[in-house]
Amino acid sequence: MSKLQPTTARVVTYSIGFLSSVALTLIAYAIVVNDIFKNVWTPATIALILSLLAIFQLVIQLLFFLHLGEETKPRWKLMSFIFAFVILGVIVIGSLWIMFDLNSRMMMTPTEMIKYMDKQAGL
Amino acid sequence: MTSTHLTAKQSTNENTLLGFWLYLMTDCILFGSLFATYIVLHNNTFGGPGGDKLFDMPAILVETLLLLTSSFTCGLAMLAVRQRNVRHTLLWFGFTFILGAIFLAMELTEFRHLVLEGNSWQRSGFLSAFFTLVGTHGLHITIGLLWLGVMGWQLWKRGFTNNTVRRLTVFSMFWHFLDIIWIFIFTFVYLMGDLQL
Repeated sequence: MSKLQPTTARVVTYSIGFLSSVALTLIAYAIVVNDIFKNVWTPATIALILSLLAIFQLVIQLLFFLHLGEETKPRWKLMSFIFAFVILGVIVIGSLWIMFDLNSRMMMTPTEMIKYMDKQAGL
Repeated sequence: MTSTHLTAKQSTNENTLLGFWLYLMTDCILFGSLFATYIVLHNNTFGGPGGDKLFDMPAILVETLLLLTSSFTCGLAMLAVRQRNVRHTLLWFGFTFILGAIFLAMELTEFRHLVLEGNSWQRSGFLSAFFTLVGTHGLHITIGLLWLGVMGWQLWKRGFTNNTVRRLTVFSMFWHFLDIIWIFIFTFVYLMGDLQL
């Protein structure tokens, strides 16, 4: 599967993966906790930045902790990962699309729909 | 001898690792469905409190760093396995176990507070989805801790055999995978919940 590297080199890769993951976690946390960023960026921008930070950390951990990049041909792990990722995209994006489209076809935004449902429930 | 000429044992090991990887991919899809459900329901609070009022952010950050560190010590333990060093392996896996156990204890404390304040899974669609998603991850962590306990005992009794090494390798994949799932729970449930997104 993976070619054998000297252990010291491995310790270095694990440490790089660990420290960069800690840094990304702290950056994401700082953006949410500090009010400074909320005045500068719109909620949509902050959501996008947080998502990108999470995806960046996913890639780092896949490479440095799960060693996805060290596989030799045929790359079954990588291929099954890409396949699962596509299915995941279909499920997540598809569900959100259907559910939010359903609200807008009822002539309401998702927020209005929730208010309407709460009103119907007597709240 | 080239790498294509594997012994029977090596090829069994390779198959187990690939098979376990495929299981992890299906687990990804399970979590993906729960994430989709959560995102659809996260504003349906039924007049109850939303994430911004419920989440204790400093505690969540500590949980995140604990799990991340346990993933790192798990990697260091696997390096000790490669060197066939029993003492270092048990030491690093011991750290992994303790960090994982503290993480689980903190999560259960959070759940306990929520339920005691009347914000259980029965309160709203948002809380049902929250408990299902975060609870499923917590269940995986619990199983991982049991597994690690059994492996520590096997290693102590039998030392490094082909079986123990293969099982430890598979366990390390499982543990790194759970940390990756947590990154997304941290981002999409807690951080975005705190921002009322």
